Amino acid sequence: MTDPAAGAFLGLPARAILWVLALIAFGLFGWRVAAYIRVLARARPEPRWDQWPARLKRFVLEVLFQRKLLEEPLIGAAHLLIFWAFVFYATSFFWNLLRGLLPFLPIPYADQAAWMAVALELFGAVGLVALVVAAARRYLFPPPRLEQTRDAGIILSLITIVLLSSLTGAGALVLAGEHHAGVGIASLFAGLLSGLGVSPEQGVQLNVAMWWVHMVTVLGFLVYIPYSKHLHLLASPFGVLFGSLKPPMPAASEGAARLEEFTWRQLFSGLACAECGRCDRACPALNSGYPLSPKELMHHVKEMIMASLASGGNGHRLLGDRVKPEAVWACMTCLACIQRCPVGNEHVPVLIELRRRLMADGEIEAHLQEALTNLARYGNSFGQSARNRARWTQGLDFKPKDARKEPVTWLWFTGDYAAYDPRLQPITRAAARLFQRAGLDFGILYEAEQNSGNDARRAGEEGLFETLMEKNLAAFAKARFERIVTTDPHSLHALKNEYQWQNGGVPVVHHTELLWELIRTNRLPLNKRLNGRVTYHDPCYLGRYNGVYEAPRQILRALGVELVEMPRHGSRSYCCGAGGGRIWMEDVPGIQERPAESRVREAAAVGAGTLVVACPKDWVMFQDARKTAGLEDKLVVKDIIELVEEATNP
Amino acid sequence: MAGNIWVVADQWQGRLTDITFEALALGREVADAFKVPLEAVLLGHGCASLAEELGCADNVIYAEHPALAEPVPETHARALAELAQQRQPRAIVIPATNTNWGANTLLAAQLGVPGLNFVVDLKAVDGALEARCVLYGGKIQVRVQPRKEPAVIGLWPGARPADQGRSERKPSVEQAPVSLAAEPKVRLKRYIEPEAGEVDLTRQDILVAVGRGIQSKDNLELAEELARALGGEICGSRPVVDQGWLPLSRQIGKSGLTVKPKLYLALGISGAPEHVEGMKGSSLIVAVNTDPQAPIFNIAHYGVVADALELAPALAEAVRARKG
Amino acid sequence: MNLVVLMRMVPDVVEELEIAPDGKSLDQEALRLIVSESDDHALEEALLLKERYGGRVTVVAPEAPEVADVLYTAAAKGADRVIQLRGVEPGLGVAAMAEACAAALSAIPDLLPADLVLTGAQSIEDLDGLVAPLVAHRLGWPYLGVVTAVSEVSNGTATVIKEFQAGYRGEFQVSLPAVLGVQAAEKPPRYVPVAKVRAAMKATRIEEFEAPQPVPEPLQDVTIVALAKPEATGRAEMLEGSVEEVAGKLCELLAERGLL
Ligand SMILES: Cc1cc2nc3c(=O)[nH]c(=O)nc-3n(C[C@H](O)[C@H](O)[C@H](O)COP(=O)(O)OP(=O)(O)OC[C@H]3O[C@@H](n4cnc5c(N)ncnc54)[C@H](O)[C@@H]3O)c2cc1C
Ligand code: SF4
Ligand code: SF4
Repeated sequence: MTDPAAGAFLGLPARAILWVLALIAFGLFGWRVAAYIRVLARARPEPRWDQWPARLKRFVLEVLFQRKLLEEPLIGAAHLLIFWAFVFYATSFFWNLLRGLLPFLPIPYADQAAWMAVALELFGAVGLVALVVAAARRYLFPPPRLEQTRDAGIILSLITIVLLSSLTGAGALVLAGEHHAGVGIASLFAGLLSGLGVSPEQGVQLNVAMWWVHMVTVLGFLVYIPYSKHLHLLASPFGVLFGSLKPPMPAASEGAARLEEFTWRQLFSGLACAECGRCDRACPALNSGYPLSPKELMHHVKEMIMASLASGGNGHRLLGDRVKPEAVWACMTCLACIQRCPVGNEHVPVLIELRRRLMADGEIEAHLQEALTNLARYGNSFGQSARNRARWTQGLDFKPKDARKEPVTWLWFTGDYAAYDPRLQPITRAAARLFQRAGLDFGILYEAEQNSGNDARRAGEEGLFETLMEKNLAAFAKARFERIVTTDPHSLHALKNEYQWQNGGVPVVHHTELLWELIRTNRLPLNKRLNGRVTYHDPCYLGRYNGVYEAPRQILRALGVELVEMPRHGSRSYCCGAGGGRIWMEDVPGIQERPAESRVREAAAVGAGTLVVACPKDWVMFQDARKTAGLEDKLVVKDIIELVEEATNP
Repeated sequence: MAGNIWVVADQWQGRLTDITFEALALGREVADAFKVPLEAVLLGHGCASLAEELGCADNVIYAEHPALAEPVPETHARALAELAQQRQPRAIVIPATNTNWGANTLLAAQLGVPGLNFVVDLKAVDGALEARCVLYGGKIQVRVQPRKEPAVIGLWPGARPADQGRSERKPSVEQAPVSLAAEPKVRLKRYIEPEAGEVDLTRQDILVAVGRGIQSKDNLELAEELARALGGEICGSRPVVDQGWLPLSRQIGKSGLTVKPKLYLALGISGAPEHVEGMKGSSLIVAVNTDPQAPIFNIAHYGVVADALELAPALAEAVRARKG
Repeated sequence: MNLVVLMRMVPDVVEELEIAPDGKSLDQEALRLIVSESDDHALEEALLLKERYGGRVTVVAPEAPEVADVLYTAAAKGADRVIQLRGVEPGLGVAAMAEACAAALSAIPDLLPADLVLTGAQSIEDLDGLVAPLVAHRLGWPYLGVVTAVSEVSNGTATVIKEFQAGYRGEFQVSLPAVLGVQAAEKPPRYVPVAKVRAAMKATRIEEFEAPQPVPEPLQDVTIVALAKPEATGRAEMLEGSVEEVAGKLCELLAERGLL
């Protein structure tokens, strides 16, 4: 076996040439990467160095096994194979390079290790097939929101050269009669070469030539990646590794508009984005015609970083020309984008930072301003007296306990809508009757309960969230209870995951979880089987944010109704449009189909007569949408509480 | 003559306003109760002919001065102070309009006497003058007696029907010179006219009015639909206009239009005094409000406690069905 | 420009108003105070003027529960100096308070001369007068009310826009210094996030100033006979039933009157 780096080229020693090329390539690569790191270092810190077992687990699932990409099976499988081909080829490259540069190392070249030769052949072949699939998808059947770029063409060609040079080299070796461990693909290439008139004597030379083509291409690749759109090849694994393990919420800040005001992790999303468009396809804001595209948001972050690289210095802005305030306010914080993104990008925190900044500058929409002012003053967004919070209890034939005055097992946190909206109060009373019927020892806080602050926080009003949290925690401290149940998923999320409880806090559950427990243990006996075909809408803050998918479905199955799923269900549920404070904001011009309308149509399309909800805001949104979508005779909207009450009525 | 009851005539664009006649009607009652003459005070320049309309009063005091041609409350207050110091009336009733906003308070301050705001009624109680005032956005009424004379009364609209204060009788007119020595520090430069091109709401028979209870601009469509069904026009309260949902030219109330349609249908309007003043003269007022305590029900002829967003389409439907 | 804003607290009518046992005042227990709406507009207009012409904004407010929040909020919005006036309390009636405020304005160090004193056009409890004209009278400055904009401030005069009726407005020339009763600022009062207010609480000192003696007695020129809540049911005849039924009844009514 000849050492491909041993000879001379144009009178110069080949190894010296390799050294020079490698130094240039790594120099350029390192230069660029260092520049990125310098930019990130200018950003605010954000600790993402904790929980390594969980991080590594996710890394394995999402990077090594590409779980999210496999949600779209065909392209996902192709991507998985290309990825693994990449891993083996990269390993082989470094191995060869090391061996070529340092001849005294007591190791063979990579393809002389039998297992590596086999892997290179297999992944080389499979990689070629996958390339054909990828090219076909990109150029023949492009999905919506995928852009054709020169970069994509370059990368596909480069990969083709890398794979072909390797396989051809192996074929040449076989042709020359040298030893080569493989699975026969090299022999196939050897046949092909001899068919093309290459003699076995030329085989060795061809092998060496291919080795050089391969090495130089990969070195070129190395330089190309950090300067191209394909930066994500490099960045995305780190994106996943340093991704947030729970629904992300940036630490308190004054918001961000310029590069150095964001955290490094927020900027990093821009570098990791593969511009695959998955987030856009999932985004309810974009699909309803709001002026927001999560993919473009990421692209703008990247543009801002690039502008900073090009000109140096601070002051490159995201807010303004790149991202308009209308886009910032359009987000429903539904988390669909983050949930879908294969590279672990976090769009919502970037938007929240921008909102905080707009808020700090007083650039806020009139309705939102009114809602926030009401929250600050009255503790509810309705602008009603706190004294009226428990008014809904009038009309019950018992008075719920006051948890401030007597100890209870369960503290029921009703949330604003359930308490104040006259249309929802009957449902709130129904929930009270159910709890009573099940013999639950429960109480409420009466006027001491305040809005949980969840949506204020997502609207960018961090200080107001803190104030509301402090008031609620103070009220909790004065009450005696063991657990909290809430009828509002937004409150659930805040109380369970974001409140800074002293002494560890208490378990917080959603009413569907509690009701299922009561039904399962027969404390709430079902007296009547319900029938009819229903479908269930997963509220963003119950599903994606808190992973509660099963309890409501178990209840529905137990009630006897036929549960059909909408195409977008579970973690892929589609937001009703109310989240992130949007329920308080005015509609913007240009809306095609509101998210809630799209959703009720989806429910009707699966043949459901009832759309079951488990969130008061959903109830309001969908009641309205079924009217505006003209589905009044086809679809009714019911809270799951209403169904349970029907089935448990004596 | 000391002890008389005065009513100050209010003008807008060269005409006496309705509230002037409402004030005269009320002033008549009070003057009769105290058995003193009722005098109307007309301030202005070259507007003597207006005095002829003030026949409800026994006498018109006409103070003419070039400076009084401008609607500057300070100048008017100074003129009134001069007159009051000379003639010592018992009470001076000043219609509270935007035009002379604050003139009553300035006058009271200059005379060192009490000035009352938000007054909706006046009467003699055991020989004393007693006013009824509406405070706290209509949530509280207070009965109050001024302790010094002359009492300056800022009269809110609606105390009496304007027609009750009109008279065919020609009153006696007395020219009363005022000096207004000092150079005015506030001068009117020009009037800014409302944006043109709009229908004249004051001539409409049917108005559908929307308030903050309509909640969003989109819901305006429901009210417009109802207005179309009824053959009327849409108008609104100030918050609705402030939001930019309706143009300023459709605002009803103190700072907007005063209207008297045959039907005024108020959807989600609380009935703040400033709004009520622009529509209380309507022949038929129907109010729809979710709050049974809303003050609008105090002045409406018919009330419905309901969500206006539900009632409006239902009513439009019913009207269309009936009209066929 | 040197701008002074007078702000005061009034009962929040979102909360139930109760009449005290004496029948002549509001039950203070049940009361919750809020800054008078048009005073907030006065502050906004002052801040806009400061942004446009430079200068400083000083807010003066009689002491009252929660007034500190209002002053800190004003500071967070951009007021340069906030002063709480001790010894004067807002309440039913306004004449005495306005007089005390006017006296204090002249006595507070480094406050006058000012170009403008701005306050709300009216509050919901101005029983015996309006603040702006009363202060103007005491200071001997010109006054204009129902103001919605101020512009062209130069050479000791300002152009002031005030609202008339029927959509008409008037453009006035006012010589400075003057007192303006602001009806609505050119822009709605700005939002200031809680974090900024909290920061202002740390960074701002509320100056305490004792109102010059003697502070006049509230309502000294009038006698309150009685307070009453208007009959809730009022005059309206209430139509009841489902929305459709009510719509039907209304249709009947209109038809009877020949309105359909
Ligand atoms: C000098 C001055 C001049 C003014 N000039 C004017 C003027 O010209 N015109 C004017 O209108 N105001 C004027 N105002 C403002 C006035 O004081 C009130 O603020 C205003 O009229 C209130 O408007 P509103 O009734 O629409 O709103 P709100 O007082 O907020 O009332 C909304 C009502 O809607 C009800 N509601 C809520 N939801 C629903 C629903 N779904 N269905 C039915 N009802 C519902 C609520 O119960 C409430 O009663 C002036 C104020 C001042 C000081
Ligand atoms: S959170 Fe939802 S609405 Fe916001 S950008 Fe992501 S997908 Fe769009
Ligand atoms: S942010 Fe994620 S999902 Fe969106 S385009 Fe980029 S890589 Fe794809």
